Amino acid sequence: MKVTNTALATLMVLGTVTGAAADIKLGASLSASGPAAFLGDPEAKTLYMLVDDLNAKGGINGEKIELVIYDDGGDPNKARTFATRLVEDDEVVAIIGGSTTGTTMSILSVAEDEGIPFISLAGAIQIIDPVREYVFKTPHTDRMACEKIFTDMQNNGITNIGMISGTGGFGASMEAQCVEVAGNYGVEILVQETYSRQDADMTPQLTKIKSTEGVEAVLNPGFGQGPAIVTRNYAQLGIDLPLYQSHGVASDGFIELAGKEAAEGVRLPGTALLIADIMEEGDPQKEVVIAYKAAYEEEYGEAVSTFGGYAHDAFRLMTDAMTRAGSSDPSAIRDALEATSGLVGTTGTYTFSPNDHLGLDLSAFRMLEIRDGKWTSID
Amino acid sequence: MDALMQFVFSGLTVGAVYALVALGFTIIYNASDVVNFAQGEFVMLGGMITVFAFDAGLPLPLAAILAIVATAAIGVALNKFAIEPARGAPVVSLIIITIGASILIRGATQVLFDKQLHRLPAFSGDDPIHLLGATLLPQSLWVIGGAIAIFIALWLFFTRTLLGKAVLATANNRLAAQLVGINTGFVMTLSFALSAAIGALAGVLVTPITLVSYDVGVGLALKGFAAAMLGGMGNPKGALVGGLLLGLFEALTAGYISSQYKEAVAFVVILAVLFVMPQGLFGQKTTERV
Repeated sequence: MKVTNTALATLMVLGTVTGAAADIKLGASLSASGPAAFLGDPEAKTLYMLVDDLNAKGGINGEKIELVIYDDGGDPNKARTFATRLVEDDEVVAIIGGSTTGTTMSILSVAEDEGIPFISLAGAIQIIDPVREYVFKTPHTDRMACEKIFTDMQNNGITNIGMISGTGGFGASMEAQCVEVAGNYGVEILVQETYSRQDADMTPQLTKIKSTEGVEAVLNPGFGQGPAIVTRNYAQLGIDLPLYQSHGVASDGFIELAGKEAAEGVRLPGTALLIADIMEEGDPQKEVVIAYKAAYEEEYGEAVSTFGGYAHDAFRLMTDAMTRAGSSDPSAIRDALEATSGLVGTTGTYTFSPNDHLGLDLSAFRMLEIRDGKWTSID
Repeated sequence: MDALMQFVFSGLTVGAVYALVALGFTIIYNASDVVNFAQGEFVMLGGMITVFAFDAGLPLPLAAILAIVATAAIGVALNKFAIEPARGAPVVSLIIITIGASILIRGATQVLFDKQLHRLPAFSGDDPIHLLGATLLPQSLWVIGGAIAIFIALWLFFTRTLLGKAVLATANNRLAAQLVGINTGFVMTLSFALSAAIGALAGVLVTPITLVSYDVGVGLALKGFAAAMLGGMGNPKGALVGGLLLGLFEALTAGYISSQYKEAVAFVVILAVLFVMPQGLFGQKTTERV
């Protein structure tokens, strides 16, 4: 399936498959390879799957969707080139993508200049603050993750914490956001440590945090292998304080990498996708989440991830707007997007407005805890 | 004191990883004067192939052996199809060929396997060993022990065996080596096989600690190269000591100064050493061309 998709995508890029029935062209630039591949890979797979599904069901108002995906490898320069190519050569009416904040910033300037609606799949708050006319995004911001975590700390009477952050874009950005909002929740950060992307052992940093007087909990913004190693070292050192991770590790893979025992008790803000199996009846997101999870896992034989969920939501938002716009005019699609109200996705329920292009609030974030190697909701 | 011990344990664990990569550099460098920048990829392959064979149901030791043999075969292929045809090219060109090979291997791996992170279970469990007020994972002992065992084996190979001396002779002067009857082609093939096998073994040992994905090779090669330069390129003793020292610098900097400066301090120390002793700590002048 993967091979067919890749071949198909290549053909599409070469322009040999124009498809007489393909009337609406949707563009995407994702980091399907490179250091952010674990974001872009499930995102690309999700888009392929959803487009096939939608076209099989007759498309939008009888018109089929043609998807043009480029792999920017996480490189902002390539992302800019591909965005330009999408608009000028492929003549797409809308763009999804930007797996990382860096690539998103490149694409959004093209989208703004050309007046093409664009939904980003990256986390940073700068993407939608200030609000840009054509730019929307699906994931929660890193600032919201900090707020969610600090709320939970406040509920548990935790006021003094230590932080250990990844030095990559995500970790550094979230670290800065957390430092900025900690005060609003009466949380004081007593010690701040960092690790770089391929560090194999974080015990020195954790030893420093452990020996800092008064630390009541530890917060670790970061993604990739770092947080898994932090979690293992945390158990190795026998640190008996709550450990908070970011939504950057919200996938089953994290538990496997960190090990069931070491991951016991780790808390993090995540989306409904992780707890699809244990969601309460009547939860508005339950149906959407289970449908996406089942379809993805059957199609690709691998566990669904939060990141694929961001692409799922972006696609739903875009096709919903196209349906309501009733035309493939980019500015009509943009106007319809901005009028989105109560659209249920895997990440949360979206309601956009002229001054809110994220459309989610903190309630869409679930505070999760790992117990016996499984996610549980502790809200 | 407890903290110091923890920093030392951490440094030795990480340092042993660097040392294992540096030891792999040693052999190919000794045979051909080429720094093989695909060495990190050999480590990655060792980890990745073992993970996938293990997931497919092979017992861990068998999966590890399969990975080591397969990686050695890739090492031989690299020599046969990329290095040998370019015989006579300047060393710099050969080094660039190895960089190209590393990009190719990385690309092939992400297509053949996947782009996710993986880990192997620790060989002797995850229960930390408490020692002198600090803790150490059993897997760290495997890595440190592995580095020391490979070091001893290599040292014996280069100093005590005819074949090992043939490798050194080939490095020293290929033509002269041929004239005294050394099959230099075979020596080259052997060094690539051996170096790849050592890399793969390192990958198997470190994967339970560092995790593995298709792109870990670059970082490992860089640190291993730094360790080898610090210790003295081409010397097994240098690789071992260089690796352990680099790990210790990093851990002590993170512990006592700041984790922000960890990498920087380690490289400043290396630069300082190389200014004073351009050959590295154990650099041998005997490998210079005559």
